[in-house]
Amino acid sequence: MSTVVCYVETENGAVLDASLRALTFARGLAAEATEVSALIAGPPGADVTAQLQSFGVTSICVLSAGGLTGYAPLALAKALAAMASRSEAAAVVAAATDHGNEVLAHLGALTGLELAANCTKAHLVEGERRFRLVRQRWGGSLIEEAVLSAATGLFSVAADSVQPVPSPAAGSLAVSEIAPQLDALDLALQALESPEESPGISLASAKVVVSGGRGVGGPEGFAVIEELAALLGGAVGVSRVVTSLGWRPHREQVGQTGTRVAPDLYLACGISGAVQHLAGCQSSKHMVAVNTDPSAPIMSRADYAVIGSVAEVLPALVDAIRARRSSC
Amino acid sequence: MDVLVCVKRVPMVGGRIALQGDRRRLDTSLLGFTVSPHEECAVEEGVRLSEAAGGSVTVLTLGPPEAVEQLRTAISVGAHHALLLETDRDDFGPLATTRAITRAIEGLEAERQSPFDLLLFGNEAADTADYQVGVRVAHALGRPVATGIKHLEVGGGSARARRTYRGTEELFILALPAVVTVKEGINLPRYPSLPGRMRAKKTVVATLRPTYEAEGLEMRSLAVPTTERRSAEVLGHGVEAVPPLVELLVKLGVIE
Repeated sequence: MSTVVCYVETENGAVLDASLRALTFARGLAAEATEVSALIAGPPGADVTAQLQSFGVTSICVLSAGGLTGYAPLALAKALAAMASRSEAAAVVAAATDHGNEVLAHLGALTGLELAANCTKAHLVEGERRFRLVRQRWGGSLIEEAVLSAATGLFSVAADSVQPVPSPAAGSLAVSEIAPQLDALDLALQALESPEESPGISLASAKVVVSGGRGVGGPEGFAVIEELAALLGGAVGVSRVVTSLGWRPHREQVGQTGTRVAPDLYLACGISGAVQHLAGCQSSKHMVAVNTDPSAPIMSRADYAVIGSVAEVLPALVDAIRARRSSC
Repeated sequence: MDVLVCVKRVPMVGGRIALQGDRRRLDTSLLGFTVSPHEECAVEEGVRLSEAAGGSVTVLTLGPPEAVEQLRTAISVGAHHALLLETDRDDFGPLATTRAITRAIEGLEAERQSPFDLLLFGNEAADTADYQVGVRVAHALGRPVATGIKHLEVGGGSARARRTYRGTEELFILALPAVVTVKEGINLPRYPSLPGRMRAKKTVVATLRPTYEAEGLEMRSLAVPTTERRSAEVLGHGVEAVPPLVELLVKLGVIE
């Protein structure tokens, strides 16, 4: 029997999808039966408990520390360290979110253990303290096979690469509190949280994204991109070159260093399709490219293509949609 | 306000990543090099802080002799000093990199007889994306750290570092000296100026040779994922394509 500890994130009384994927990854780490212990930041509601049980969690530890009101990466890392050492865990796992990677990096620094980030697969070699693993580099445009030799392996799980599969744990679920020893510096490192100013339709969750690249021609060219996005009830996206040139704000950037999107429709206008950009939009259900260059890399990823310039095609498309609506 | 910024030389991969025959290295023979996007912004942030409050910016990298180009680029946009931790090895992992950087910073700080007020890193490197060197260096030096920062104010002995996570703004207040890893979007990096380029040519780049230490995470091979290469269905050329495109939008349920 081996134990794997998993940092689980919750939001609005439910477990994050990325954490369910991390739990699925955690269960598959060892060939033998695996006990999965989950660390969560606050008391679980009935829904969270039920979700964790259905994903094979056998015990839940709730972080309990006076003076903590917000997300506190060091406190979470210390709790994980205590859980891992108490259970002689084979591994500690978290979703490769900004929080998950950060907490595991602190855990690695506190314990000297090694962290393999953005893993898509990992497997404990039987009878050895060694894992074979596969991880993403370059935002998923390059795959690395590696071996991690460690008493306890730390893994962050690339969320889009592992499907969340439930597998209910037998028996009852033990819930306990964990109160790591925290000093003033640990307590000082916590987030003061406030709601973000509403940016309208969120790029990350939009069903339609109309994106513009260098081929839009300049900042003025984005008027028609905005107009089309509004007509389709979608959000505006841009490529990295557009933000680097200062044409549009960075919060609209889709890509490895921007936002990752997964809309039903991704309309790429004047975007050539660099690795950096595709890393952010490759999970789109349908992709349409508008580009003057039929051999641009985006053409080997798009489902449909219009060969033409943005300045010519988009205004005509906007007119056609408006005409269709007014005749209905 | 003295800032040290750590950067990493990476290839500009463009449209598709190509590998060498041994499947352990990228084929960079046709590629230019740059620093990771987050680090370009870290350099800019350091330069802005030193412009606002006075003080210096030191830029540090661990890499091959050619990485001096990336240091000179940083100087051409406003950094003052540069240190190259020179190695021909390309297998420095996160732990070995942390040790090399930590020792170098300790050496520089012993020389100047005071700590840097702020150490800046990119949130993660564009190529290996290990997400940990900044945090590990912070722990090794006993300093507070915030990661993935998109907005930074420094003053009165502390740094106010902000980011957004899942619709919630998070603010970390760190007592200086501190470590901050930043993300692209924190600023818009400037282009090198002509006087900057001249200064970059003349600046003497200090060089140290770090010791390599093997670690538990060993890369065995690399592969470019076999995403299904589609051949896009061409709807038409120019405005001719608009009617079939409208039909497609109807079919996909995007418009009625």
